[in-house]
Amino acid sequence: MKILVCISCVPDTTSKINFKNNNTIFDDQGVQFVINPNDEFGLTRAIWFKEKVGATVDVLHVGESSADPNLRKALAIGADKAIRIDMSDTDAFVVADQISNYIQANPYDLIIAGRESIDYNGSMVPGMIAEKCDLAFVNNCVKLEIDGSTASATREMDGGMEVLRVELPLIIGSQKGLVEETDLRIPNMRGIMQARQKPFSVLPAEESSSKTSISSFEKPTPKAAVKLIPADDIDQLINLLKNEAKVL
Amino acid sequence: MSILLFAETQQGKLKKGSAELCSYGFALAQQQNISLTIVTINCENTDQLSQYGASKLINLNVNVDYFEAYAYASALAEIAMAEKSNIIVISTSADAKYMGGVLAGKLQAGYVTNVVELPSTSEPLTVKHAVFSNKAFANTVLEGKVNIIGLANNVHEETIQNSSTDVKQQDLHANIKCTQSSIEQSQGKATIADADVVVSGGRGLKGPENWGLIEELANVLGAATACSKPVSDMGWRPHSEHVGQTGKPVATNLYIAVGISGAIQHLAGVSASKVKVVINTDPEAPFFKSADYGIVGDAFEVLPKLTEKLKART
Repeated sequence: MKILVCISCVPDTTSKINFKNNNTIFDDQGVQFVINPNDEFGLTRAIWFKEKVGATVDVLHVGESSADPNLRKALAIGADKAIRIDMSDTDAFVVADQISNYIQANPYDLIIAGRESIDYNGSMVPGMIAEKCDLAFVNNCVKLEIDGSTASATREMDGGMEVLRVELPLIIGSQKGLVEETDLRIPNMRGIMQARQKPFSVLPAEESSSKTSISSFEKPTPKAAVKLIPADDIDQLINLLKNEAKVL
Repeated sequence: MSILLFAETQQGKLKKGSAELCSYGFALAQQQNISLTIVTINCENTDQLSQYGASKLINLNVNVDYFEAYAYASALAEIAMAEKSNIIVISTSADAKYMGGVLAGKLQAGYVTNVVELPSTSEPLTVKHAVFSNKAFANTVLEGKVNIIGLANNVHEETIQNSSTDVKQQDLHANIKCTQSSIEQSQGKATIADADVVVSGGRGLKGPENWGLIEELANVLGAATACSKPVSDMGWRPHSEHVGQTGKPVATNLYIAVGISGAIQHLAGVSASKVKVVINTDPEAPFFKSADYGIVGDAFEVLPKLTEKLKART
């Protein structure tokens, strides 16, 4: 089985979010970029398939060389090959276009992409790839079993779960649940050394035009200070929620 | 030129969020000075949709009875082309996000999710949407010939119009890619996605055996229950209840956090909620800084009292 994991690099979840150039550009000073958590859950499941049932795992990123350390990390925890399509990623449409072009030239049985990146929260790339490459697609995937050319994938919905049966090739939108948080791997020295010998290709981007562009950013308006209510005056809380906040 | 709005159903019934979505659709149609077409799929109670001022209301009878994203996206794309729609409005439910990317791919559309307001400019079409897990907003220009707006939860007021729209039934046969083999859907219980109130517990509850306190309060309020990341990581509660940056986002009217200190990732995930109440023994808990109301106190004492008093009100 050939697996491709699409990786986006995002600010670490503890990052302070600031903007520069008159609020038009994300200020990455002092920000550590990590593999998008939703992608990492998928990558870890892919490596499980490799170790338990036999598979090759490639990782693909669309973006600039600043992502290379994260791609090397993916190799160090078990991926076989890294590919970076070299461009400044302008929007989800362009990223999905580049990934789709690559998949059409290099077919895979299973493609994994995080259900959303935790920076721009678009939640659109996996579906766009599914459409462009004519793949079966299961989003918010929390469980995945593969038997020959058939997969059984569990999708988390609002207030429920459904199990879908699909034929490969398949793309899933991965998220927590696909593997546990404790299953995530930290590269060890042996893995890091091996990663240096693994193939890492940088490919030129193909022509593609974006459909959206960000003109500016804003920060939320600061909140008023909390109103503290004594623990023995529950009536006051209920009164405030009813008459001031009007939510009861 | 027209707006096409997709009102979702679940087991044949309109989803709760449809009212807000349709109200936004009408306001957008007024602002853009074009007509609104509401489309729904396999809907049994279309009369509810007739009160939002749409010029057209289409109920598609599609040959699948579960949310098959590919089939639904194909159906909507077909209607969008027939209606010459240049703006499509969908929600940000799990289902809508499942379908949205496929639909954008089909129509080569510009697509923005988590939109929080009406467009600030029409030429070009600029929308404000939440990014960085609600730590910021971006103003984005939609540059497609067709553009899709994914409206965030709980950001637009519900309004109804005097006029009424006749419903047109239309059959559509769509190809499917995924076959549903089983479904588990919570019946009659509020979900984190559409509840007006969410009651959420953290490590301060000390163990899964104490979750009755959270559930009882939630029952009185008709609320959904949720939890912090450590609680789901330790297996006290299912992953599906984890709210925060890597879990589910919450954009409810009232969010009650009990025994949750308020890690930055948790705050990001719940910050779109309108009113936040924090109950915690630690007065230094960071959550108090972003809460509206706070009680420094022990959950084991405060919760039973709060539940009892709320019960007495009803």
